[in-house]
Amino acid sequence: MINKVVSGAEEAIKDIENGHTLMLGGFGLCGIPENCIAALVKNGVKDLTCISNNAGVDDFGIGLMLQQRQVRKMISSYVGENAEFERQLLSGELEVELIPQGTLATRCMAAGYGMPAIFTPAGVGTEVAEGKEVRNFNGKDYLMEYAFEADFAIVKAWKGDTAGNLIFRSTSRNFNPVMAMAGKVTIAEVEELVEAGALDPDHIHTPGVFVHRIFQGADYEKRIEQRTVRTKG
Amino acid sequence: MLDKNGIAQRIAKEIKDGFYVNLGIGIPTLVANYIPEGINVVLQSENGLLGMGPFPFEGEEDADLINAGKQTITTLPGSSIFDSALSFGMIRSQKIDLTILGAMEVSENGDIANWKIPGKMVKGMGGAMDLVASAKNIIVAMQHVNKAGESKLLPKCTLPLTGVNCIKKIVTELAVLDVLPEGGFRLIERAPGVSVDFIRQSTLGRLIAADNVPEMKLD
Repeated sequence: MINKVVSGAEEAIKDIENGHTLMLGGFGLCGIPENCIAALVKNGVKDLTCISNNAGVDDFGIGLMLQQRQVRKMISSYVGENAEFERQLLSGELEVELIPQGTLATRCMAAGYGMPAIFTPAGVGTEVAEGKEVRNFNGKDYLMEYAFEADFAIVKAWKGDTAGNLIFRSTSRNFNPVMAMAGKVTIAEVEELVEAGALDPDHIHTPGVFVHRIFQGADYEKRIEQRTVRTKG
Repeated sequence: MLDKNGIAQRIAKEIKDGFYVNLGIGIPTLVANYIPEGINVVLQSENGLLGMGPFPFEGEEDADLINAGKQTITTLPGSSIFDSALSFGMIRSQKIDLTILGAMEVSENGDIANWKIPGKMVKGMGGAMDLVASAKNIIVAMQHVNKAGESKLLPKCTLPLTGVNCIKKIVTELAVLDVLPEGGFRLIERAPGVSVDFIRQSTLGRLIAADNVPEMKLD
């Protein structure tokens, strides 16, 4: 079995350079690679293009990278929870490409499946369609959207093994498996790293072939954006 | 005139037994509270969950288990979890029977705008563009007029579009309206105590109303 284990976030991200394109897994703050984001903030790499469904909040997640102006361009579907993001966007400091969430996921998927492009009806007749090829299939219009190209995909899983196999937990799965398949280099941080053989092959969500580096993360905060509860009774 | 809960309650009457339903953020989320007894519905959350349950009890919140509004939620017996690409696969392939979402504007030909006010507000479209482009059945839940008192039911949307020719039904605090295939808002029901004239004054797009438009029944 090929061993994919690295010592930690700092080693995992050490060759990410200024100007690189990164995919970052997560939906809101759920399932984000907290350790790698912290390491990127610490090492100060900049002019990054970040592909991620959201941009974190002001003081957590990708928001920490935005505060330090490490991000040149964001490719996201929803950024409503981040005031600093909205400010940088409206003032023109940050280049932003907002794309439909399904298009974002499927452009990752296409990359991971080795397909150059997909056709989707999302955005037909809107400003998302500007400059894009439209094809009609069976009477309905579709936009051609290209597979993403990312230098690195950085994902967060629940469990992983030394061979790079990943298992995600609950809705923290979200974009992580499709991004894991899509990076030229994929880095996975996991809550629990086990020896190859300890995970049931039937339960693996992402096969280790897609993962180049894996490490067990530490001190997960797992911040909740909207704590909603009901009372017993 | 209805409050937000009243709008949600009226929309809940459109949900049929066996439906898979996607609820957007805001008023649509409230619809879950009014699904009639005996109707089996599975709620989809596009971040990767089918079978969304109620909010957790205090102390049982799980940061790994949220809905598309980033709220802590629960699963139910029979729930399933999947990744984002698969989630939009089931949306695009029309496995979801009904989509309920909010809007800033709807035009009389069924265009919807709900993701951007140029120069002022850019939150993004999230999954809304995918949902409206593929759903077979979309209901818009919204206020009839905006905060400035201007109609949100227009001849043509003024804001950047989310989707074209896709909205078939609208429920507001004043009325239930169908968007006609040939264009125009047909008044189906009035909210309790609201006159056709008042609805007409609040609707900038073409309103088609019969002489006798029934009042909504919420129970």
